[in-house]
Amino acid sequence: MKGIKLRNYHAAKYDEPIIMEMSVPGRRGILVPPVDAAIHGVVPSAEELVPPAARRVHSPALPEIDQYHALMHFLRLSQMTLGMETGIDIGEGTCTMKYSPKVNDQLARLPQMTEVHPSQPEETLQGILQIIWELESYLKAVSGMDAFSFQTGGGAHATYVNACVTRRYHQDRGDLARRTEVITTQFTHPCNAATPATAGFKVIILPQKNGYPDIEALKSIVSEKTAALHMTNPEDTGIFNPKVDEFTKIVHDAGGLCFYDQANANGLLGIARAREAGFDACHFNLHKTFSSPHGCEGPAAGAYGCTEALLPYLPAPLVVRRGDSFHLDYDRPKSVGKVRSYLGNLEVILKAYSWIRTMGPEGLKTAAEVSVLNNQYLEHLLMQIDGVSRPFAEGHRRFEQIRFSMEKLKEDTGFGSHEIQNRMVDFGIQSYWLSHHPFVVPEPFTPEPCESYSKEDIEYWATAIEQACREARETPEVIETAPHRQAVNQIKDFSQAEDPDRWAITWRAFQKKRNGRR
Amino acid sequence: MDKMKHAHPYIPNEAPGIREEMLKAVGLKSVYDVYAEIPERLRYTERLKVPEAFTSEYELRRHVEKILSKNKTCAEYLNFLGGGCWQHYVPAVVDEVVNRSEFLTAYCGANYSDVGKYQARFEFNSLMAELLDVDAVANPIYDWGDVAGRSIRMASRITGKNEVLLPATVCPQRLAEIRQLCQPEEMAGAIAIRFIDFDPATGRMNLKDLKEKISGNTAAVYFENPSYLGFIEDQGEEITRIAHAAGAQSIAGVDPISLGILIPPGSFGADIICGDLQPLGVHMNAGGGQSGFIGFKDEEVYIAECPLEIYSIMDTVKEGQYAFAEVRAERTSYGLRDKGKDWVGTASGLWTIAAAVYLSLMGPEGMREVGETIIRNARYARDLLSSLPGVKPVFTGAHFKEFLLDFSETGKTVARINAALLERRIFGGKDVSTEFPQFGQGALFCVTEIHQREDIHRLFEALKEVL
Ligand SMILES: Cc1ncc(COP(=O)(O)O)c(C=O)c1O
Repeated sequence: MKGIKLRNYHAAKYDEPIIMEMSVPGRRGILVPPVDAAIHGVVPSAEELVPPAARRVHSPALPEIDQYHALMHFLRLSQMTLGMETGIDIGEGTCTMKYSPKVNDQLARLPQMTEVHPSQPEETLQGILQIIWELESYLKAVSGMDAFSFQTGGGAHATYVNACVTRRYHQDRGDLARRTEVITTQFTHPCNAATPATAGFKVIILPQKNGYPDIEALKSIVSEKTAALHMTNPEDTGIFNPKVDEFTKIVHDAGGLCFYDQANANGLLGIARAREAGFDACHFNLHKTFSSPHGCEGPAAGAYGCTEALLPYLPAPLVVRRGDSFHLDYDRPKSVGKVRSYLGNLEVILKAYSWIRTMGPEGLKTAAEVSVLNNQYLEHLLMQIDGVSRPFAEGHRRFEQIRFSMEKLKEDTGFGSHEIQNRMVDFGIQSYWLSHHPFVVPEPFTPEPCESYSKEDIEYWATAIEQACREARETPEVIETAPHRQAVNQIKDFSQAEDPDRWAITWRAFQKKRNGRR
Repeated sequence: MDKMKHAHPYIPNEAPGIREEMLKAVGLKSVYDVYAEIPERLRYTERLKVPEAFTSEYELRRHVEKILSKNKTCAEYLNFLGGGCWQHYVPAVVDEVVNRSEFLTAYCGANYSDVGKYQARFEFNSLMAELLDVDAVANPIYDWGDVAGRSIRMASRITGKNEVLLPATVCPQRLAEIRQLCQPEEMAGAIAIRFIDFDPATGRMNLKDLKEKISGNTAAVYFENPSYLGFIEDQGEEITRIAHAAGAQSIAGVDPISLGILIPPGSFGADIICGDLQPLGVHMNAGGGQSGFIGFKDEEVYIAECPLEIYSIMDTVKEGQYAFAEVRAERTSYGLRDKGKDWVGTASGLWTIAAAVYLSLMGPEGMREVGETIIRNARYARDLLSSLPGVKPVFTGAHFKEFLLDFSETGKTVARINAALLERRIFGGKDVSTEFPQFGQGALFCVTEIHQREDIHRLFEALKEVL
């Protein structure tokens, strides 16, 4: 790529000690409110209040650090983290690493959010209940579903809710004993196989043919045992399955339910919906498509939506509106019950609400269009790089992300997507994510240049890939020992993490195993 | 489109000319040439029925602030609600660190880029391990109820048995989540739930009943300390012994902020320990601050059966440095799909950093002191409120930050009392009269280090008026 200059970047590297090593007896990070003198006089000591068998004997070996140096330590660790906002984060496909507006974070930090207890009386929660109710109506519009629950703590949790709803639905019809199978596809996120299995179903994974889930295989698999189908579209490959409504029809005809994992919805907002494709239920990842930050893997929320027919089974409570006020409806006898305490991660829900209000109908659709166009542009740049290919579905366009392959690079140089991954971060950008397992696409990588990224970002990212691939051919030693400009220290032997005698999951275990101390 | 004269602040490529340039480069006339992959019948052609966008960030802020102002807060009102989400003090430094952009926005970046995040996680695991007195702690998941259910599933896989014993006093909300994970009994692999009676005077588990109900089918005994109803369960060691004698696992649910003064279950050999991180430096967030942690013995079988991510400190090429990596990554659902252990997903990662900072600031002394202040404040409150006519503590033994009062003899319901307290800007104790009707008009009060003596007296005076 002409004219793009890769940055002469270097990550902050502080060689921070483990926090336990910073401890000096007698130092304090914070003082705790003592008991009031008047209480002190009348209430027994804490020791007397704890029955002997319940008393802690040895105080925990936590570090003793003053406040300034505790702060310094964690600030340094934060600087040794690339995160999303300092490094173009195009590489984490299926994760929709979009910009999380600061104003939404600030709103979620108002005391009207942070200092609220979830068991407060309804009349003191009217603000947040209204937000939930309004967000539900927006997501109904985006999906065509009739109701939403926001109780889950993440996307996979929402797929679990679907497994629970499926269970309840068939149980309600006296049909659960024979409806024991859930079908999913090879390129659908693994949680769609894992959560029905946790819920007690046998899981069947549909094979793919040229990148599309195999409809003939589906026909041969569905039966009176079919409880549900779980699928994404576009799948992790970015390929859109145009026969999706035939899939849902085949499963419906067999008496099963159809669930649409819409964590990959960013290219579809205002373009296509779960309803028209015939799904009974779907979920959105509010921490992806709807901009809430990923927070080192949470807090998150999987908004679970369904049609009228499944509404009775939704987790309780639901927020309902009566006149001008909002209420929690617990009286839902057919509900699957709870999957998470209280009402879910409401700060995530608030951020999704604010984001939609900033986008409007036009903005949502533009976000989808631009994310898809950005992806075409990135593809155009990457496909010019010697060693990169895009398997399957030749002649068909991908939507918001693509699963590429570095198989040819590997054949040519011995370096594949793992090795290039380590080098990407030397250019001051977040590296990429490869693929879920099993690696159907060899030497995979899966970028997703959503609407937050500029044309220049996309060019920069593609240039970094191009540079790393060139180095694989011309200066292999650079790739071999990458990264060079990161805070990371080179691991001696990865098999250590597989070996119970050598892994050390905590500092105290490390002391015992490595030093024989304690 | 021409209505929008400017690019949206969150969409840089909406600037005039850029889309055209990109389209030209990729050889398309319109992005709808890509959407042609979607058959007409599946297209949505209407305008989305969501409100028009605010035209400025300022208007959005005004709008959201106005809605949120309808929430009343525990800063304006005096709060005595607990029961799973608790009001504790969040040190300023904790907020400062968790709001750092790098932590707030990081996701799956691994040891090649987000090494600071990896170290913070390892430190979280290490700090929690000291608190719990175990050698292995995993990356947390959604909340206490969920992680309790997963602990039970782990125990069931480890023992090959399919029944769990729970105290009848278990938190109903957690029980609902446990039930969800143990499945209806007609499903393959369902785990049956049986309840153990409690001592009516103290709430503690009835060990005689435990011994009668435990059997060769028991996968685990789960107990809570402090319990949902506030009392201290001081028989953890004995419960664990009974469980082990029957070949079952001992699972303890704990409130981590109690562990500066209460016995860590690791020290009496509990196999799996779980609970919620929220008390350790996370704001209540209307219930959005929950995070289910889990620790266990550093034995291969626990690591193999744990569904969550686990990290190890690693030897480096250059001696004296630190690095981190995921332990047996292939065993989770990311690697094995339906053959993995339950499932793992995006959950509550940011709160591990909050808890790590919190525990680092508090140190051993801070954790002891906060425990002492809480238990003494709470006892003071229980004694004071119990002096009101008709108000009786349900359990008279030891308790930590919560205590259950029965208002039956006042002739008033908790609902009515709480409504009257609300008028006096007080959130009274949680009404548990439906959850536990056997305790009459029960209200579960929560008193912590944030309550001062005058707060407790304000509640007392208000109750005097109300009753
Ligand atoms: C398509 C798809 N479905 C489900 C999930 C699971 O979501 P979460 O990580 O929030 O559990 C993801 C997340 O990566 C995803 O990309």
